[in-house]
Amino acid sequence: MNCIIIDDEATARTILAQLCSNVPSLNILEEFPNAIQAIKYLNQNEVDLIFLDIHMPDFTGFDFIETIKNPPKIILTTSDSQFAIEAFEYDCIVDYLVKPIALPRFEKAIKKAESVTSVLTQAPENDKVETISGNDLYVNIDRRLIKIDIPSIYLIEAKGDYIHVKTEDKNYTVHSTLKKIEEKLPKDLFLKVHRSYVINVQKIIDIEDNSVLIKKDVIPVSRSNRPELMKRLNLL
Amino acid sequence: MEQPNLSYINELSGGDESFKNKLIAIIKKEFPEEKAIYIKNFEAHNFKASAENVHKLKHKISILGLEKSYKIAERYEDNLKENSTSGEEAFNNILKTITDYLETL
Repeated sequence: MNCIIIDDEATARTILAQLCSNVPSLNILEEFPNAIQAIKYLNQNEVDLIFLDIHMPDFTGFDFIETIKNPPKIILTTSDSQFAIEAFEYDCIVDYLVKPIALPRFEKAIKKAESVTSVLTQAPENDKVETISGNDLYVNIDRRLIKIDIPSIYLIEAKGDYIHVKTEDKNYTVHSTLKKIEEKLPKDLFLKVHRSYVINVQKIIDIEDNSVLIKKDVIPVSRSNRPELMKRLNLL
Repeated sequence: MEQPNLSYINELSGGDESFKNKLIAIIKKEFPEEKAIYIKNFEAHNFKASAENVHKLKHKISILGLEKSYKIAERYEDNLKENSTSGEEAFNNILKTITDYLETL
């Protein structure tokens, strides 16, 4: 795995580099004393894994994660254990190492990162929405692949970097895009009616002007998508 | 007062003397700089910034095997965040112990 180290402390960077040298699968591309330099680097280079310090002046590790698009896997390194809960709210964070880091704990973190890699590479075209098996769609939530019965999905809504998948039984929030999930769904069943919404056409209750009622959700239909929607309907 | 040691650094280096010397040299350079920034912020009564400096120094304290001192630093960092200087003397003693120890390396 190609990795970079971001830590404002030279001592910490040196220790991490030494720990990495014990793991043959790791290749350190660069080390950065601040997140801004790392962001500039990531704009032009791809990495598999980032060792990221949380406590940095001006721009913290969490600021960094919020800033970069499609973050790679991240292992947080910190002197505090108090951020652990906040850390695991981010899908990209695979582990959390408290300094000083011992080699056995470091190796365990790398194994975790590698296992996440193997799951993701099974479906290289996708970010988090993974595979279809028959009527099922598997989504990656908190590093678990959760099976969703496709016909039970009635609505998918885009919200920033996430999509909300609504089914008859349960709702799911997945780090992915509407475009990616749309590619995984049967075209005869699902239709994009608005830049933020994909609906299951079989679940429509009624249509009024520029909106559709699906279950209890009123969904806007954009002018450009309306003709395709009308084509799908068995109109009397 | 507990004394600093090189147990962690020795374990990390795995007998690689050049790495060990490199790391010690970095600590010897970085520690006085971090200490100076902490003192400057503390004297300016900028306790929030001092807390950040203590946070950074905690790593050096732990690397040098000072487990009890680490707890003291942790509490002191929390106090500074609340604009309290309670624990300053104990923390300064830790800094002095480390300073003296680094001079012997």
